[in-house]
Amino acid sequence: MSESLTLEKPRSPRRRAARRNNFELYSWAFMRISGLALVILVLGHLFIMNILDGGVHRINFAFVAGRWSSPFWQFWDLAMLWLAQLHGGNGLRTIIDDYARKDTTRFWLKMLLYASMAVILVLGTLVIFTFDPNITA
Amino acid sequence: MTAVAEPTNDTSQIPAPEGSVTITVKILRFNPEIDNEPHWESYDVPALPTDRVLNLLMNIKNYADGTLSFRRSCAHGICGSDAMQINGINRLACKVLVKDLLAKDGKPTTVSVAPIKGLPTMKDLYVDMEPFFEAFRSVKPYLIAYGNEPTNERYQSAADRERFDDTTKCILCACCTSSCPVYWADGSYFGPAAIVNAHRFIFDSRDEASEERLDILNDTEGVWRCRTTFNCTDACPRGIQVTKAIQEVKRALLFKRT
Repeated sequence: MSESLTLEKPRSPRRRAARRNNFELYSWAFMRISGLALVILVLGHLFIMNILDGGVHRINFAFVAGRWSSPFWQFWDLAMLWLAQLHGGNGLRTIIDDYARKDTTRFWLKMLLYASMAVILVLGTLVIFTFDPNITA
Repeated sequence: MTAVAEPTNDTSQIPAPEGSVTITVKILRFNPEIDNEPHWESYDVPALPTDRVLNLLMNIKNYADGTLSFRRSCAHGICGSDAMQINGINRLACKVLVKDLLAKDGKPTTVSVAPIKGLPTMKDLYVDMEPFFEAFRSVKPYLIAYGNEPTNERYQSAADRERFDDTTKCILCACCTSSCPVYWADGSYFGPAAIVNAHRFIFDSRDEASEERLDILNDTEGVWRCRTTFNCTDACPRGIQVTKAIQEVKRALLFKRT
């Protein structure tokens, strides 16, 4: 019974005081906007790669090299990479916040998530901008 | 369902009025002094179609097993004491009629009654409401006005009153908050009921602390955790458009300030 006797004062706040921080607001708005953009980017990508002109059968090294010689497709793929990574990463962050039961699990899962996001973003961006069409197979 | 017969309880003492049908009430019982985890028990109860689920529970408690525990105060859908999960949906036991639960074509009817989820069950059908009220208190659900007190009442136009009319109906029964999957997973989320009660003051023209409340709800555990699953709106026994109220708070945060 001893621990139940350590009573807090009535009405002592148990939640931390609100910080004036708009991070959750911006991440919420980002999810809406990036989601809309991804619908166009991903469906367009799937349409070009899988349906148009013989679809998936014409994809080879030359086809990819030809596309990435144009800044338009470079930008398209870059936007898709960044938006999908950040959108998916933010979604997973929310899921981890919801379902991790311990603070240490939450912390390490998030670190794993952020590390994998960083690796994929850096690697993808590097490939898009330093792609060499004359590389020897 | 497993084929194992559930323990049947002697319900022969319950008076069966004319026109009553016997229905099976399955209750998720839990006695913290004996049980490690909750278990289902069945009671065959005579019920009139005009009975409420609360009548069945009262009959079980009065005639079959006096240890059955649940909250109920007014029994008329005003106080919000008897929120429970009836057939898997959060409802007030005093507002659900037996005739709406009867199986079609005269088949035997089973009604399941469990405590609301997301709050610690203390015994049988009643839960510890303190985390719920703690979230409620932390949005400052009272009028805050600065300056001199007016000598008469604070006037408000009918249109200004209409703005937050829906959220004044809340009776704090916890049906919405305990139906919210985000609240189940993360108990530090404010939950729909607290946001509804913040909405009631944020959009009140007489109140001067809406900025303060918006700051509170803009925090990590605030409105941005809402996943718009509409469970809260479906659960509300007062018909409050809970999800709409949450979205209005989000909209106020997005466009009225930043």
